[in-house]
Amino acid sequence: MRNLTRLLKIAATRIARNPYHALAAFLVMFLTFFVAGAFVLVSLGSNILLSYFESRPAVSAFLKDGTSAEKVKKIQEDLAATGVVSKTSYISKEEALKIYKERNKNEQLLTEFVTPEILPASIEVSTYKLEDLSKVADTLKNAPVVEEVIFQKNIVETLTSWTRTLRNVGGGVVAFLLVTTFLITLIVIGLNISLHQDEIEIMRLVGATSGYIRAPFIFEGVFYGLFSAVAATTFLWLIFALATPSLQRIFAGIPILPASPVIFGYLLIGEVLVGAAIGVVGSLVATRRYLNI
Amino acid sequence: MITFHEVSKQYNSLAALADVSLEIADSEFVFLVGPTGAGKSTLLKLIIREELPTAGQVFVDGLEVSSLPSSHVPQLRRRVGTIFQDFKLLPQRTVFENIAFPLEILGLSDEEIKKTTKDILELVGLEDKSHHFPSQLSGGEAQRTAIARAFVLRPEIILADEPTGNLDAASAWEIMKLLGRLNNLGTVVIMATHNMDISSSLPHRKVEMQKGRIVRDSKQKGTKSHEAGKKSKEK
Repeated sequence: MRNLTRLLKIAATRIARNPYHALAAFLVMFLTFFVAGAFVLVSLGSNILLSYFESRPAVSAFLKDGTSAEKVKKIQEDLAATGVVSKTSYISKEEALKIYKERNKNEQLLTEFVTPEILPASIEVSTYKLEDLSKVADTLKNAPVVEEVIFQKNIVETLTSWTRTLRNVGGGVVAFLLVTTFLITLIVIGLNISLHQDEIEIMRLVGATSGYIRAPFIFEGVFYGLFSAVAATTFLWLIFALATPSLQRIFAGIPILPASPVIFGYLLIGEVLVGAAIGVVGSLVATRRYLNI
Repeated sequence: MITFHEVSKQYNSLAALADVSLEIADSEFVFLVGPTGAGKSTLLKLIIREELPTAGQVFVDGLEVSSLPSSHVPQLRRRVGTIFQDFKLLPQRTVFENIAFPLEILGLSDEEIKKTTKDILELVGLEDKSHHFPSQLSGGEAQRTAIARAFVLRPEIILADEPTGNLDAASAWEIMKLLGRLNNLGTVVIMATHNMDISSSLPHRKVEMQKGRIVRDSKQKGTKSHEAGKKSKEK
């Protein structure tokens, strides 16, 4: 324990004596963890968004005025018979007005002169699979009581494509940054080893074990990893907290925000673990490569 | 205490040591003398396993140094203090911290370190310089600090490689007095030196080396103890 404290002190002193090396390692690691964290958050957000759109009634069929309840029931039975529909619901004119008023409760002008007669009744249909949406939409379009059909296939498809691209590009960028971070750690620790050759030689001569000589360099790598991971996650959380009101306006009605602090907790744990691992592995490789003991 | 048995050390085509056999007894003070490249420093390095012999064996207190597992080398080095011409002090540490360094590595408590280091500072006469940095010391003081660091673990052997090489005559004699004091405490001192004034003025054993070989050993030729030993054998 005494030695651990002393070794940590040696590592801290070395970091303080070579602030530019430390800053270079810290900034590269910070950038990596910031980009990785942002990528994870955007990925999570787009997944929630995708699930939201996939789980919402995906096809809305607006009915002609005067459509009887029997005809609506017949359409619902026909849709259920296809086996691809997970849920259908009938929205009457009155219910449509209620929904409209709720969504625009802050805009009095938009709600003042609207009556149930203006809004059409509709049937909202969800499918188990995204690819069945077109089939359901075609069925509804052919029904004589249906005025118009709208569905969110395009939104979901675009979002799926974006998410896939984001995963590939983001994954690639993060992998590239992780490799760069590892190499920078290795170079910085290697430089520090060359700067401390005299001290290392003295340590060996007075009987220090190889573990004792290596440990401060390993701790140095871990320091860089830990501090940059904590700083990047904190910075990300701050930016996210500041941007949340604007993002909430963009994603109004979608339960994506505010993001749970638990997500940031997990992100912090993940980044700290990865940071420590990069620090340990980078400095271990550096000590094996550059330290002759 | 230390035995070299037919030891050779080759660096590529250069023979740094050739077939060297030497015995150094407990509490002995030995001068290794000879020109540069004679193999004095190599001989010292073999004792602390800084180098491995190409042939032969080196024993320290019965332990064969070259066959020691690497993990045991630190224990060996804690039993052998080393002093160099260029002092090898850590410039960012004070005199006190430089001397305390081996004790820190051993994992002693702060109180133990403080007490032991104080005792050693007193022994080498540097109590008033304990908070100075090496750059604030004279050559003699720096070498005394290095000796204190080498002796702080109370090793059985002190190896001194040209310890007076960078010092003026007065400081050099101070260092010799100090090494003599450590020897009187029972420590084996092996000192490699060019300084013939010092080595010839002191009554210690002299081992002269040239081109990696021992060419003269005062203990083997003409020393009183050697002659006495010879006579008793003849009887």
